[in-house]
Amino acid sequence: MRVLFNLSFRYKIPLWGSLLIVGTAAILSSTMLLRSYDELKRDVLRNAASQGRTLAHTLLPAVLQDQVWRAYEILKSPLSANSPGTPGQPESLLVLTPQQKVYVSTLPRTLPMLADFRQLSPEFAEVAENIALPVTDTSVVEPRGSAYLFVVTPLVQDDARLGTLVQIYSKKILRSRFIENTQQAALVTCLVLIVLLPISWYWGQRTAIPLVRITERMEELGQRMPEDLSAGIYDYQDELGRLYQAYNRTLRQLREKALIEQEMIHSERLAAVGRLAAGIAHEINNPLLGMLTSLNTLRRHGDANARTLKTLAFVERGLTQIKETVAALLVEAKVTSRNLSPQDVDDVRTLIEPQARKRSVMVHWTNDLAGPLGVSSTPVRQLLINLLLNAVQASDEGGKVDVTIAMAGENLSIEVVNGGRELTEAQITHLFEPFVSADEPGRGLGLWVCYQIARQFGGTIDAKSEMRDGRSLTRFNVVLPTGVTQ
Amino acid sequence: MTTRRKFLGGCVALAMMPATSAHTAQSLRVGMTPALLHTQHGLLGQWRLYMESQLKRQVVFVQRDSYRETIDLLRLGQLDFAWICSYPYVYLRDYVRLVAVPLYRSRPYYRAYLIVPERKPRISNLSQLRGKVFAYADPYSNSGYLVPRYQLRMAGEDPNTFFARTFFTYAHRKVIEAVADGLVDGGSVDGYIWDSLDMVKHEITSRTWPVSQSEEYGFPPFVAHQAVRQDDFQAMQRMLLTMRYDAQGKAILKALNLDGFTLSDDKLYDNVARMMAAFGGD
Repeated sequence: MRVLFNLSFRYKIPLWGSLLIVGTAAILSSTMLLRSYDELKRDVLRNAASQGRTLAHTLLPAVLQDQVWRAYEILKSPLSANSPGTPGQPESLLVLTPQQKVYVSTLPRTLPMLADFRQLSPEFAEVAENIALPVTDTSVVEPRGSAYLFVVTPLVQDDARLGTLVQIYSKKILRSRFIENTQQAALVTCLVLIVLLPISWYWGQRTAIPLVRITERMEELGQRMPEDLSAGIYDYQDELGRLYQAYNRTLRQLREKALIEQEMIHSERLAAVGRLAAGIAHEINNPLLGMLTSLNTLRRHGDANARTLKTLAFVERGLTQIKETVAALLVEAKVTSRNLSPQDVDDVRTLIEPQARKRSVMVHWTNDLAGPLGVSSTPVRQLLINLLLNAVQASDEGGKVDVTIAMAGENLSIEVVNGGRELTEAQITHLFEPFVSADEPGRGLGLWVCYQIARQFGGTIDAKSEMRDGRSLTRFNVVLPTGVTQ
Repeated sequence: MTTRRKFLGGCVALAMMPATSAHTAQSLRVGMTPALLHTQHGLLGQWRLYMESQLKRQVVFVQRDSYRETIDLLRLGQLDFAWICSYPYVYLRDYVRLVAVPLYRSRPYYRAYLIVPERKPRISNLSQLRGKVFAYADPYSNSGYLVPRYQLRMAGEDPNTFFARTFFTYAHRKVIEAVADGLVDGGSVDGYIWDSLDMVKHEITSRTWPVSQSEEYGFPPFVAHQAVRQDDFQAMQRMLLTMRYDAQGKAILKALNLDGFTLSDDKLYDNVARMMAAFGGD
């Protein structure tokens, strides 16, 4: 039994449906059959009673005048009128004398004249008891376990009992008609089942398959993010349909959560790297400035020979390089400067022009800024320059870079798109970390600077690399809040 | 019996007078015995038309269910002619004239057959049917009533108590059917009827078993009422006697399973009269 309940819905629902259909069909048809059997029997008995009354009426004069042959002919008349084998056809008829002897019968060989009816068979004896009752109308006698029905009509003339008409009906014909009906009903039921069962099976499958799919996906959920359930599988508004929608909604939320978690991890790492870099830079900057001051003092006031001076100059150049590197790491966006204006964008354009020309890269500008914005111009210029230099570097020779600067609500939006090589997932993950460089020359601090500036403004920067129409497009998006709507 | 005949004759004479004058002018009334096969209505129709064409008279056939009714009609003068059984002929001898006697198998005789259901071939004579159920044809039938009763009496039995149960079917054919169906254990029938039925309805006669035949008796005759005019009598007699010489008459005779008609006298029925006398006032 448990095995049955453990079955997949894919089989359980259709099976259950089929079972219901077959069960209903069986119960309905058997009820109807039993009813039709009863009705048939009732019809037979009703007809028999009416036939019995008519026959008795006709038989009376014959019996009264002791015309046996006439009585025999009358008895045989219902037998010759109907074709044999119909349920309404009596198997035999007989007239009994008041002494329960056979006066005449339609089966003279088995029910011969003068024979004692009671002694012909035990069931006849039971019928005879009934016949002996002083009844005046037709009655039905059905001995227990008998294969026959007896319809008994007294032959009465002026309250004198002249004899009894007995019509004997075989239940065999009723039964064979019942079996015939059963066969017909079975045939019709089979035809109905042939139509209904596939429909039930189909509906069962339609209900079960979405359940099966959703179960499979829920089981996957622990290991990996499953796919969406296609709405086409079950596009209805019942509980199952709503379960689908809820599942898809939950899945979407889970995906978003996973994405946010990933981004948080990423930005936390960048923040840690930034803190580390800033800490190291500060630790280096203090002794570095002291060393540079000392070198300067020594060169100005000391009496060093030419070789020493040359060495000092070498050391100073080295220390200066360290200072620049450290300064680059320590991005300071909160420098107070004038507000950014459209003119600043044009300046950057002018500054980038030589680099672009050198690599034969076309830079296409779209500048939608209308007036000054409430953000410092210097860091934004620095950010823009770094992004553009990076894009020009990343572009192939003769490539194209699209720059779009616009306002989106209160935010300044900068989009830089280049057609250089597609970036891998790993490259994008580490793109904004310091000293990370794909293959272009430079220290690999450009994008780090951009990231730091964007973060310090409370904005965002992200990169996406995708293939479109057979070309790779790498898109950098910077959003900086300005606090005002232009 | 003589007394009774006279009494009956008186009744007939009274009843006959207006009837005779009323109908002889137009049509001849011919009573047909139920000794014939009951179903041969088509054949009787042909015979009637044949008679009309031969006699140049309108002929009406009168059929009744029992011999008794035909006897009564004849006695009352309601019939001019009749084909009646040998026993009624002897019974009515004073009121009718013998016109002609049919020739069966070229002779004016027939026999009574004792028949039993096919399943009882071990029975070979009437005395073995003691205490059984027996079917008679008609209380005025020679072969179907008088003969078996006379045989029993000759054997020293009382025909009224010999059988457990007897009844009349009022036709020889029905006696054959009663025996065939096994309704009765035996019956006595006109041999001519059994032979004729055997030719057309063998499925009925095949279920019966003729176990014995009686002696010969004069064949049921064609009779005329005493009151029939001589020319009518002669015309009818001539028609019957010459029937077998023309094609149409021959065909009808063939269908009746007869060979023709012949002249005969009362002596032919002496043995029937003897049997009747044996039962006295019956």
